[in-house]
Amino acid sequence: MKIHEYQAKEILRQFKVAVPTGKVAFSADEAVAAAEEIGGSVWVVKAQIHAGGRGKGGGVRLARSLDEVRQHAQGMLGMRLVTHQTGPEGRTVKRLLVEQGINIARELYVGITLDRARSRNVVMVSTEGGVEIEKVAAEAPEKIVKEAVDPALGLMPYQARSLAFALNLSGDAFKNGVGFLTALYRAYLSTDASLAEINPLVVTAEGAVLALDAKMNFDDNALFRHPDILALRDLDEEEPLEIEASKYNLNYIKLDGNVGCMVNGAGLAMSTMDIIKLAGGQPANFLDVGGGANAETVRHGFEIILSDPNVRAILVNIFGGIVRCDRVAQGIIEAAKDVKVSLPIVVRLEGTNAAEGGKLLEESGMSFTVAHGFRDAAVKVVAALQA
Amino acid sequence: MSILIDETTRLVVQGITGGEGTFHAKQMVEYGTKVVAGVTPGKGGVIHEGIPVFDTVASAVAETGANTSVIFVPPASAKDAIVEAADVGIGLIVCITEGIPASDMVAVYDYLQRKGTRLIGPNCPGIISPGKAKVGIMPGFIHTRGHIGVISRSGTLTYEAVAQLTSLGLGQSTCIGIGGDPVVGTRFIDALKLFKEDPETEAVVIIGEIGGTAEEEAAAYIKEEFIKPVIGFIAGRTAPPGRRMGHAGAIISGGKGTAAEKMAALREAGIHVVDSPADIGVTVRDVLESRKLRPTRPASGRDAKKRTATK
Repeated sequence: MKIHEYQAKEILRQFKVAVPTGKVAFSADEAVAAAEEIGGSVWVVKAQIHAGGRGKGGGVRLARSLDEVRQHAQGMLGMRLVTHQTGPEGRTVKRLLVEQGINIARELYVGITLDRARSRNVVMVSTEGGVEIEKVAAEAPEKIVKEAVDPALGLMPYQARSLAFALNLSGDAFKNGVGFLTALYRAYLSTDASLAEINPLVVTAEGAVLALDAKMNFDDNALFRHPDILALRDLDEEEPLEIEASKYNLNYIKLDGNVGCMVNGAGLAMSTMDIIKLAGGQPANFLDVGGGANAETVRHGFEIILSDPNVRAILVNIFGGIVRCDRVAQGIIEAAKDVKVSLPIVVRLEGTNAAEGGKLLEESGMSFTVAHGFRDAAVKVVAALQA
Repeated sequence: MSILIDETTRLVVQGITGGEGTFHAKQMVEYGTKVVAGVTPGKGGVIHEGIPVFDTVASAVAETGANTSVIFVPPASAKDAIVEAADVGIGLIVCITEGIPASDMVAVYDYLQRKGTRLIGPNCPGIISPGKAKVGIMPGFIHTRGHIGVISRSGTLTYEAVAQLTSLGLGQSTCIGIGGDPVVGTRFIDALKLFKEDPETEAVVIIGEIGGTAEEEAAAYIKEEFIKPVIGFIAGRTAPPGRRMGHAGAIISGGKGTAAEKMAALREAGIHVVDSPADIGVTVRDVLESRKLRPTRPASGRDAKKRTATK
């Protein structure tokens, strides 16, 4: 799960990670009030969307007066902010973060995530802050210094010191840097985050070390033990069809093609998308209906696929292992009747009682195309597009 | 032979009285697995589906000599269940549970490494040595005994591949579902090491997917150490970056873990990469045929195909 920058900074503050003074605002008036409360003479107004690269798209602006705060807030609220992470359609800005202006001396990077190859959390730092870390990793990997954390011991003080040395910190900044890294790791671990990324991490002229930006993602599997974090979910940032699907425990991801697909199992669902492409079609979605695939889940699956206006044909690919294909077929027939599907539906059933299932579909009096085999299913659904 | 499980496997089912545990314990017994005990804390002394239930894994092992565990407990209790089995000295733990927090698995993985316990999963269909034992939730009937090893991150896609093999008369020595999570107990490379030592296994199918670098690690190992033929498929070449495709581990992040990269790494290591998921079975057949032909005349792939087609 993703959250907004201002939410991440609130969490970090709770864990004594240094962040600039700031406040969220939902209107221009609130933005001005926030700036007044923060005080000083320079503020930064930052658009809050779940995507990076906001600065380049005009989503981060410096204000030198309260009037400028108001101007920027009015300009940003409601705008479609397009960044390299939003896609061409962009995201509508509905929330702003107003922060005190910071006197930046240096811009650094720190990120914590799970290193899958080692099955350990790893803290990464780089002196190259403020740019995309993927770019640094590709062009100058030696500029990224990592410390893998022993899960039984946690981040050891010497590791935090090594990282702070690698960032060329000294004096007060060194002390503050070690404190920052230690607190950030604690925040990451305690919240079951899957990513805590501070880019840039800034050092001020006075030697303070603080998070100018903050990105935190959380492990969906651990949200059950963090109701406070789950409450931060912003549904405006998610695809409405995906939210709808999640209500029925369906795993749906919208794509750009026109062949809707419904499959049991994530790996088979991905392969089904792949084989549609190989057959010359474009998948409209990823949809895993889970192991059960009963009439209820199939009905919801059809409803969600059909809510996408681009869909022109549907491929149902079910491997009946424990679940019997004749029962799946009955479910498909009932669901297609209920939902009144008028698009061509190609069904491929494999596994237990697959032949019986196919027969039920063919004798249903409805216009299912029964496919025999994985490739046949893809070829038939692509042919249905042209019909 | 086969790897990890066979006729000598004595299985304890942790979470046996739950819905999933009950159903699959019965299925495993029907397949012929020696399910000797179940564990549900607080239900010790009960006989469930003909299987004695114990309060602790320790008492189950003491009473029944169980040597393998399969876990069906809810995600919040899975860490506890795995560690309990490991602490009693169970050498092989298969965890079916989906949705375990990654941080729990980081701790468990580290603990099991130090302990020397083998874990399969979590979030996996389990293991089957066809005709000998099934420890998991896969449909037994699609499998047949033979000489192909299968390692996969997926569930139903593995069944798809196995069904293709079986329909071509290509039986399996052991099929392992290693699981779809970012942290799993046994990776491709660990399973390959076991298949390397198994004389019954003649070829191995690896079914990977987007996310992580486990396939690339496997490719590097295969190139250096593994001489049996390997056939590989990677799911998710049409998956968009940054989106979790069902499995917690199936996500392209920071531009890494794409299907294209993985397929290139596999090809570079001499693995026979299958483009279409419909061709996994026939590719295994063709690879085996071409190897059989090689000693007498070095046949091209096309010749091998022609030959099998006329059978």
